[in-house]
Amino acid sequence: MSDGTAQAVQHHTAPTGFIRKHVFSLDHKVIGLQYYGLALVAVFIGMVLSWLMRIHLVWPSWPIPGLSLLSKAGAPGGVMTPEYYLSLLTMHGTLMVFFVLTNAPFAAFGNYFLPIQIGAEDMAFPRFNMVSFWTTFLAFCILISAFFVSDGPPISGWTAYATLSAVGSDSGPGEGLGQTLWALSIFVFCIASLLGSLNFIATTLDLRTRGMTLSRMPISTWAWFITSCISLLAFAVLLPACLLLILDRVAGTSFFIPAGLVVSDHLQPHSGGSPLLWQHLFWFFGHPEVYIAILPAMGIVSHILINSMRRPLLSHKVIIYCMMGIGFLSYMVWGHHMFVSGMNPFSSLVFSFPTLVITIPATMMTLIWMGSLYGSRLRITAASLFALGFLSMFVSGGVSGFFLAQPSIDIYLHATYFVVGHFHMVMGVAAIFGVFAGTYFWFPKMTGHMMNESLGKLHFWLTFIGTYCIFMPFHYLGLAGNVRRYSAFVDDFLVPLIPVHRFVTYAALFTGAAQLIFLGNLVYSRFRGPAAPANPWEGTSLEWTMPSPPPFDNFGGKHPVVYHDPYQYGVKSSTGDYLMQDSPEQA
Amino acid sequence: MATTIQPPDTESTELPIDDGKSGGGIGNSNPAGEPTRALDDRPSAPSRTGIWVGLAAITMSFAAFTSALVVRQSTGADWRHLRIPPLVFFNTVVLLASSVTLERARRRVADFFRSKSGQRSVPLFWLGATLLLGLVFVGGQYAAWLQLRAQGLYLATNPNSSFFYVLTAVHALHVLGGLAGLTRVLLRLSRPAVVLRRSTLDATSYYWHFMGVLWLYVLLVVWIKL
Repeated sequence: MSDGTAQAVQHHTAPTGFIRKHVFSLDHKVIGLQYYGLALVAVFIGMVLSWLMRIHLVWPSWPIPGLSLLSKAGAPGGVMTPEYYLSLLTMHGTLMVFFVLTNAPFAAFGNYFLPIQIGAEDMAFPRFNMVSFWTTFLAFCILISAFFVSDGPPISGWTAYATLSAVGSDSGPGEGLGQTLWALSIFVFCIASLLGSLNFIATTLDLRTRGMTLSRMPISTWAWFITSCISLLAFAVLLPACLLLILDRVAGTSFFIPAGLVVSDHLQPHSGGSPLLWQHLFWFFGHPEVYIAILPAMGIVSHILINSMRRPLLSHKVIIYCMMGIGFLSYMVWGHHMFVSGMNPFSSLVFSFPTLVITIPATMMTLIWMGSLYGSRLRITAASLFALGFLSMFVSGGVSGFFLAQPSIDIYLHATYFVVGHFHMVMGVAAIFGVFAGTYFWFPKMTGHMMNESLGKLHFWLTFIGTYCIFMPFHYLGLAGNVRRYSAFVDDFLVPLIPVHRFVTYAALFTGAAQLIFLGNLVYSRFRGPAAPANPWEGTSLEWTMPSPPPFDNFGGKHPVVYHDPYQYGVKSSTGDYLMQDSPEQA
Repeated sequence: MATTIQPPDTESTELPIDDGKSGGGIGNSNPAGEPTRALDDRPSAPSRTGIWVGLAAITMSFAAFTSALVVRQSTGADWRHLRIPPLVFFNTVVLLASSVTLERARRRVADFFRSKSGQRSVPLFWLGATLLLGLVFVGGQYAAWLQLRAQGLYLATNPNSSFFYVLTAVHALHVLGGLAGLTRVLLRLSRPAVVLRRSTLDATSYYWHFMGVLWLYVLLVVWIKL
């Protein structure tokens, strides 16, 4: 017997102790749920932060109860200072982008379902997997600790533009220790993401079961695989960027700080650095990051829509090629975040072109989804509703991208609420809708209990209407010239817009409150939901071949054999209108 | 996994598996009709794939450092030429020599496994030599930093010294990671019952050789640009 099997036996004995089973678990399913739990905590904090900001925007002098407990200097008497507004904004963005949009659709669902969908009993490197989660958790703790240092969290936004982020406490409250903690947190997060991506890639390439060719992988698996390739190369660039930023802050180097810079009447002891360099490095990561958030959601949504339509998409392959195309192009468009940065205007033109080109694969995917939906008898479930909601958000948010991609229009719209509305819809809400869809769809598999469908549908309609009410007016505000990141609207041209902001704030409070339905449903169903059968949605992929929840070693110590393409729906078979991937039966 | 004590599967003999083109994962490609158990007895390959993926990420990181260096050089007026401590060239020779000893060790490990009477001490010697050369390299790099410091060139003195320290330190950190991997292989091989996967040894040596190649690249960048 080779030692390969010896090792396998060793690691596939189910652990018995609590710590090994639930805390430092090597099981990809537990790790997936841990990522999900972390994302849930992060999204809750991020949402509360957005509430605080929205409330402050429309009732700037109203003392928010309890806020002064969080920071005496930042919110004296419960009324936040403009700087503290920026601190909350930074933390909201960082939590949401890194710990929610990267973790939930990719790390959480990917960890749980990628090995199962390819017929493996675990990830390729279970120990790396565990380390990857706990490193992410460490990054989360470092970030949150910025709330509790003397001058609070940083004010430089989730993009941490140098020189604001690089010169230290001269540039404002939170730019001392808070900003250093931020940079350290992201540095650690990069390491965790790299380990995670490495694991995903090796697992997909090496651990597919017999008959599971690349073209037979479900679209969700393809999406996670492509995302892990993007993530690997993107975080590998953010990591050195964070290192250089930390060195500028603590070691006195001048990578990003130019000579002769005077901040708060202090001449900064640096020379010759380039603030634009940070933006280049950051956005070289930052734009692919957008697709790290949205591609897994695209995969999950495709997987669910196909199941609900009971027929495959018009083209399985084109969807996959489009995702690859988006992934490839995502590395060529970072400059479109920098049209007004002082970069050579000719570069703007160069970056504008691939930005417009990237809409082609995105549009092709949308057309395939819509074309496949046309005339199908869609099974309306909470999951399929959220999948439709994803399409709606993706299109509504994507259309504004056409405007922003053009430098001449972007000069006006840049850093206005138009941009805020654009990326919240296309990246934020769309990806979150993908996560909701995935949750309603896979919850029975993950917990062995069904969720309440009626509550799920109610949750969908409230969230769907609510998010449109929040983010559609942002486009109007942006066109009217409302600059983002202002903590109060005192200029003449902004005062007439305050009623719109008030409406948005009401919508945000309402939509946030509607999430309690989801949370309640999640917790109640976890313990009291009716028992889930192995295949409640009559799905075809491998996750539905095992009991709910799956046993420790997924396939009971056997390798499944795959005989079919992933989506054999609308066929005649002994099981009904579908054929499972591991069924030896011919349609 | 529990398959090792289970009888081989027999379900796949009746129907064609319709394998498509590649017939499953790269490491799991298995002729049709062969029982799945045979899969489990193969040395697992993910560590070999994983190391290539890891090397891709490291390459990307150094590409980012390089582009930062190029941009930084073009913006500031404070670019000062740096005299590279000659010791660095000696270190280069040491690191390249360690790749040679590692290759010898790999051959000897293969000999050891092929003939049961093979001498374990021979591969252990060459692995030990590799480890030692690796340590000499890291020590040499440290000495080179001390020499720079003696010239009054610190991390923050000018952009050239900043990039020199950053590039060499990040590379040295990766070398230390490689040394940890080598130590692991060495310990595995020196146990009474040898538990060493070929893929582990392969992955470790790919990584180690890559450190050599990466160092040549870093040296080139430092030499031309700094």
